[in-house]
Amino acid sequence: MAAEETHHVAKTFMDHLPVLQVVIPLFAAPIIVFIGKRSLAWPIAFAASAAAFVISCILLIQVLDGGFISYHVGGWAPPLGIEYRIDAANALVLALISGIGTVVLPYAYESVKAEIPKKNHTLFYACFMLCFTGLLGMVATGDAFNVFVFLEISSLSTYVLVAQGANHNKRALTAAYDYLIMGTIGATFFIIGLAMLYMATGTLNMADLADRIADEGTNRTIRAAFAFIVVGMGLKVAIYPLHHWLPNAYTFAPSAVSVFLAATATKAAIYVLLRFMFSVFNPSFVFEEWTLYIVFIPFSLLAMFAASFVAVFQTNIKRMLAYSSIAQIGYMLLGIAMLNATGLSATLVHLVNHGVTKAALFMGVGAMMLYSGSAFFNNLNGLGRKMPLTGAAMVASGLSLIGVPGTAGFISKWVLVQAAFENGWWIIAIAIMLSSLLAVIYVWRMFEVLYLTAPDPQSTAKEAPLAMLVPMWVLAIACIWFGFDTELTLGSARVAADGLLAGSAGMAH
Amino acid sequence: METSTALFLTMLIPTVAMAGNMAFKDRENLRDGFTFICALLTFACVLCILCAVGNGTMEEIALFEVVSGLTIAFHVEPLGLMFAIIGSGLWILTHLYGIGYMRGNNEDHHARFFACFSIAIAAVMGIAFASNMFTLFVFYEILTLSTYPLVAHKGTKDAIIGARIYLGILIGTSIALLLTGVIWTFVAAGTLDFVQGGILEGKIAPSLVPILLALYAFGIGKAALMPFHRWLPAAMVAPTPVSALLHAVAVVKAGVFSILKVGIYIFGIDFLAQTGASEWLMWLAAYSIIAASVVAMTKDNLKARLAYSTVSQLSYITLGMALATSMGALGGGMHIAMHAMGKITLFMCAGSIYVAYHKTEISQMQGLGRIMPITFIAFLVGALSIIGLPPLGGSWPKFLLMVGAADAGHQIIIAVLMLSSLLNVAYLLPIVGRGFYRPVTDSKLPKGVAEAPLLCWLPPAITAFGCLILFLYAGAIQDFLAPIVGL
Repeated sequence: MAAEETHHVAKTFMDHLPVLQVVIPLFAAPIIVFIGKRSLAWPIAFAASAAAFVISCILLIQVLDGGFISYHVGGWAPPLGIEYRIDAANALVLALISGIGTVVLPYAYESVKAEIPKKNHTLFYACFMLCFTGLLGMVATGDAFNVFVFLEISSLSTYVLVAQGANHNKRALTAAYDYLIMGTIGATFFIIGLAMLYMATGTLNMADLADRIADEGTNRTIRAAFAFIVVGMGLKVAIYPLHHWLPNAYTFAPSAVSVFLAATATKAAIYVLLRFMFSVFNPSFVFEEWTLYIVFIPFSLLAMFAASFVAVFQTNIKRMLAYSSIAQIGYMLLGIAMLNATGLSATLVHLVNHGVTKAALFMGVGAMMLYSGSAFFNNLNGLGRKMPLTGAAMVASGLSLIGVPGTAGFISKWVLVQAAFENGWWIIAIAIMLSSLLAVIYVWRMFEVLYLTAPDPQSTAKEAPLAMLVPMWVLAIACIWFGFDTELTLGSARVAADGLLAGSAGMAH
Repeated sequence: METSTALFLTMLIPTVAMAGNMAFKDRENLRDGFTFICALLTFACVLCILCAVGNGTMEEIALFEVVSGLTIAFHVEPLGLMFAIIGSGLWILTHLYGIGYMRGNNEDHHARFFACFSIAIAAVMGIAFASNMFTLFVFYEILTLSTYPLVAHKGTKDAIIGARIYLGILIGTSIALLLTGVIWTFVAAGTLDFVQGGILEGKIAPSLVPILLALYAFGIGKAALMPFHRWLPAAMVAPTPVSALLHAVAVVKAGVFSILKVGIYIFGIDFLAQTGASEWLMWLAAYSIIAASVVAMTKDNLKARLAYSTVSQLSYITLGMALATSMGALGGGMHIAMHAMGKITLFMCAGSIYVAYHKTEISQMQGLGRIMPITFIAFLVGALSIIGLPPLGGSWPKFLLMVGAADAGHQIIIAVLMLSSLLNVAYLLPIVGRGFYRPVTDSKLPKGVAEAPLLCWLPPAITAFGCLILFLYAGAIQDFLAPIVGL
């Protein structure tokens, strides 16, 4: 979009798209509760998320040329009003979130029936819509305080969603409580950081903040604000030493929630982190002056090795996947720390690729749990042979998690290592490869359990219902597809990375 | 038929064979017959390409671009074409043999077995015709993954552990080392295309060349260079047809084939000779040749002995590349063909002994030669070819390698090659001697001649005959391969 258009008050329907994709699910939530009929809850939720997905695809196509769309909520011009600003970076993340949401809902239909008591179904879908809204909102908005608001919407609803696992295993309650405490600390840090920024600059609009920080130069308040924001968001991202909440939350949440959270929640937080680091504070402030990468690299290496190592020894497959997620976040962080266009596009492309991969894996485990009752390895013996289609989908996505050529994971790894070589960081490149060997071990453990052990003779397992298989296979095929056709994923990620590296200049009015 | 169509068909037909195996899961004659026809057609396609291209080089056919600069693309050049002929030709024989073995031995899961087998062949074709390192890497990994179920086929604890070692070493080396090397090459040279004379000259500091070469030499774990050879003996838990085709032909040859490709088309023989970067590799390969032969002598299990023999023989090819002379590279290339023919004979013989009398240890094979004369004569011929005695095919590559070593001025390597031949005699011929000259000790064995089923003894007899034929046509192979080193 050309700059001169951006100050206009939106007139046509198309102009309202940036806000519509947040507003539609936001309104879907209360509508589901007011109607209160179980049979209508799912269709409404699905329609809302599908609409959001369509909108985010349209937005992504519009901004792929490297431009941006600025939308003024209520026609109030920023910095006074709230601005929604869509560029390639957040359009990509929006597409991921709304895409996963749309795919997860058909899956949830069966798994919610099996795992959650009937009286909670409508509320579950309402909560799901709120969580969905929150994630979309925090990514779409161009207003720092608005990020906080949506962050809280998504977090609070996530705590509820995780706690729904209590019907299956009471530990879901403590997991949700843990997450609540940690998440609240993170959000508090974040809001403290925002308050300091507001104190120092007098504005909360991101583009405006960027201008004023650039004019004013740094002072102690701004530096402190930066530290608070990074740590606060880092908690939501589950950067290695701040990851404590993640394994339990993923393990004990209902299957559909695990799928959705693993694919989207941390990804949205990473996006916010990126946005603040590159667009609000500009890269030279973050890296050259502050050399933040000295902090990021050790933590990401720790995540890659320690979390993968822990994953190898898990007895519960969901927990194993959760630790693997922490390790994968390490890769994304490492991409940021490279501070070159290739590294940043590795982060962004891995964000999408890993989201798709992990969602497919969690779906597979969830389908198997319908029959096995638990996600412990010794309850899943030989299920790959009893549920061939589910098993095959898990093999495809498992290979993508390792990063075997021909899968999405391979592309991420290739770009990441390429970025390391471009910086001349040989040791880091080798470390990335070595840590991915740990992924081979834990993924292969899963394959051996699924295929090479004798199934329990009393097991009643049969192929998963169609409503679960289709979403699982959509994602599994995406894992393969994005390994060959990278136009959409890597192409958008490159545009986004260039945009982010242009720093605050790209945000200027 | 268009050459490009034939090229795609060589990969497509085995894939169709896989689908056929899945579809006709329970109708074994239809399923196996269908696969056999597919094998014949694949071979015919490769021959078509041979007629059309000869030993020239065909223009690259790019399938699609994955990331800018990285394409899945294929071309035809002599070395790859030779590899494709060997792979597809021996697939026909091994398939026949496989039917005999799997039925004669009452193994389970035939459909899964032949399906994975077919995919492995498709991957071999992809490797053979890859026109850049990226494509080669993709198919290299597909080959590893598709052979994993074959190694784990029996599903026993031993098989699972063997398969774990197999996969662990092959995936581990390829991801940790090879992929690193490939990406490094891509960043340094800006391309991964296989180009005559290499792509790295002037793009990388000479002091770093040995390190990059090490990433390739160890990263291509399928070449079984010591110390990454452990997967080969571990994979011998697989049914013998797997060992025969995959571990005498497809998998290991894919490894050394990649090594040659990298040496000739990525580094360039001249560049390696100038920088002397491959000298350490030459000594390591020489060590590998001798050490593996010595280990082979200590093995009583026939397949384990053959496995170590393979480790030793593969290093001949690595050595040929590392000599960095055109004769050496040529000898290495020719050894791919000669060793494939010899070693598959040995493995198939080992398999038919197992099918007929369930003998796996050499010490149990007393007098068996008189009961299974055809099998043992075929074994003898194969063994002589491996040793490198005329009038068998295996003698020529050794000769070329020695010439290459002399060109490079490394007389010690000539001594190593001779010593290796003697060691080969010491661990291969006693097996035959035991079979023919020792009295039968096992009273359960029949009196008089009682061979394994027809489909078990016929294929090795054919390949043994092939070893003889190859001796006569070695000149043709040498001329055929000459363009790869610019002769």
